[in-house]
Amino acid sequence: MSQTRREMLVDPLVDNNPITLQVLGICSALAVTSSLQVAFVMTLAVTFVTAFASMFISLLRNQIPGSIRIIVQMVIIASLVILVDQILKAYAFQISKTLSVFVGLIITNCIVMGRAEAFAMKNPPVASFIDGIGNGLGYGLILMLVGFFRELFGSGSLFGVTILETVNNGGWYVPNGMLLLPPSAFFIIGLLIWGFRTWKPAQVEDREYKIQTVEAH
Amino acid sequence: MGLRNFFDRIEPNFTKGGKYEKYFPIYEMIESFIYTPKTVTTAAPHARSYVDMKRIMTYVVIATIPCILFGMWNTGYQANSAIAAMGPDAATGWRIGILQAFGISQDPSSWFANFSHGFLYFLPIYLTTLIVGGIWEVIFATVRGHEVNEGFLVTSMLYTLIMPATAPLWQVALGISFGVVIGKEVFGGTGKNFLNPALVGRAFLYFAYPASMSGDTVWTPVDGFSGATALSVSASEGYQQLAANGLTWWDSFFGFMQGSFGETSTLACLIGLAFLLTTRIANYRLILGCLAGTIGFSLLLNLIGSDSNPMFSMPFYWHIVVGGYAFGMVFMVTEPVSASHTNLGRYIYGALIGVMVVLIRVINPAFPEGMMLAILFGNVFAPLIDYFVVQANIKRRARRHV
Repeated sequence: MSQTRREMLVDPLVDNNPITLQVLGICSALAVTSSLQVAFVMTLAVTFVTAFASMFISLLRNQIPGSIRIIVQMVIIASLVILVDQILKAYAFQISKTLSVFVGLIITNCIVMGRAEAFAMKNPPVASFIDGIGNGLGYGLILMLVGFFRELFGSGSLFGVTILETVNNGGWYVPNGMLLLPPSAFFIIGLLIWGFRTWKPAQVEDREYKIQTVEAH
Repeated sequence: MGLRNFFDRIEPNFTKGGKYEKYFPIYEMIESFIYTPKTVTTAAPHARSYVDMKRIMTYVVIATIPCILFGMWNTGYQANSAIAAMGPDAATGWRIGILQAFGISQDPSSWFANFSHGFLYFLPIYLTTLIVGGIWEVIFATVRGHEVNEGFLVTSMLYTLIMPATAPLWQVALGISFGVVIGKEVFGGTGKNFLNPALVGRAFLYFAYPASMSGDTVWTPVDGFSGATALSVSASEGYQQLAANGLTWWDSFFGFMQGSFGETSTLACLIGLAFLLTTRIANYRLILGCLAGTIGFSLLLNLIGSDSNPMFSMPFYWHIVVGGYAFGMVFMVTEPVSASHTNLGRYIYGALIGVMVVLIRVINPAFPEGMMLAILFGNVFAPLIDYFVVQANIKRRARRHV
């Protein structure tokens, strides 16, 4: 194996981040990041599903026929998602209501499928499990960063605790309403990608075309 | 030519290998602001023309002058009328202090009192826009090594003209920062922006701080004053009630009503349009398309009719004079960079915006005004329209040679 366990865990955080580099799982990153608490629960759920789905798929990888592998993978992922959904409904009903369909939609999260196809089908179970944890955390890191900006500047609080007293409650901070709308996550993720690629220029993609210089001084 | 000599003397410091090489964009900005830019084309064809980017941008700024002057007067007129109606106690704030120090009364019938009152609202917003936006421009120009050009003067003027007079200055600063950075610089600067930067900034504020960008209290800068805009009256009671609220069609055409600085007067916008069309900065196809879209679609809606939504019956000649329609059509639909680039595409692009304005105004109850969103929507579709026009032309010509 070319990667050490440590690399499997750390790589997806910045160097091979599922959201900022592979641009997967954007849909839920827009929907669940308006408050940190929800984003945190979503992070746990996705990490759990990715890790165990990768592990189980890896255990079965030599038995799964290639032609129906996607269906088998989906069955495993779906069972895990239903498990997560039921646990949330039982122990964190409020949050499960806020997350609504997005827990169910973890099934369609490209990160889970992506890791199953790209990694778990070719690697032993323990490595797949660690890889799943790493990618779940990479996803979670971005989710938490986006959630931090959206909750702090959109409603003046973090994890529901007021940091910036808003005008409506007699404070000075005028909350930015756009950050409460899902599209604002696009801007924040875009700016994060900009920041990451300035920090790690290796992530910058090659230009598809070059604008010819036609003017000079 | 002392100044020219001065520039020639200090220029080597800024060119390649000079002491201040990094700051060339700043030198270039000031030099080309005062003198003709020295830019020459290096690739063929070498067409000679005096219409360079500096001239185009300057012409657009000139075209906004009627809107600026009228906007200042009208802002003051609306404020002074509100003060006259509410009594002198409503006159508060530092602007009133300055006016009274100079012995200028708050008399709505004196054009000078109105103009100076409006000027004191316009100036802080414009200066904030210029300074904050200018800082971003210079930062990006220095880091990325491109030029600061006159395009920013247009953006900052248009942005100021679509602000309500009561906009808090920190919001103005935030909006222009967003407009310049996200709307323009991340895509590579002037000429590479696919959206109109001024509108991007305005849209950001509209969604971030709706309370200070829309509603009944933001247009007239007097504390406690509340008055429905022409569009909100039409949406709730029907355009027939506008006359009962003291607004005739001619008032609306001349611009004696509430609104952002530059948008109220259709006449002032049309003067600007005449200038832009004569100098051929604006393309008439965009205007024709936009008008045709609005007229056609509002006639259709008139025909369909609705019992519950009075906006359905609003005729096109009202649509054109209320809200930001005229301003948007003259200065933003015609913006050459974000519009379609093919002639047929320009008609389609204009019509798309014309239809969308009416659609948003009439059918979407959440937004009383639709010009801003319609133009941004059109901007996004412009490259697609061009693509199909070009493909259609390729197919048409291919059929000739079977």
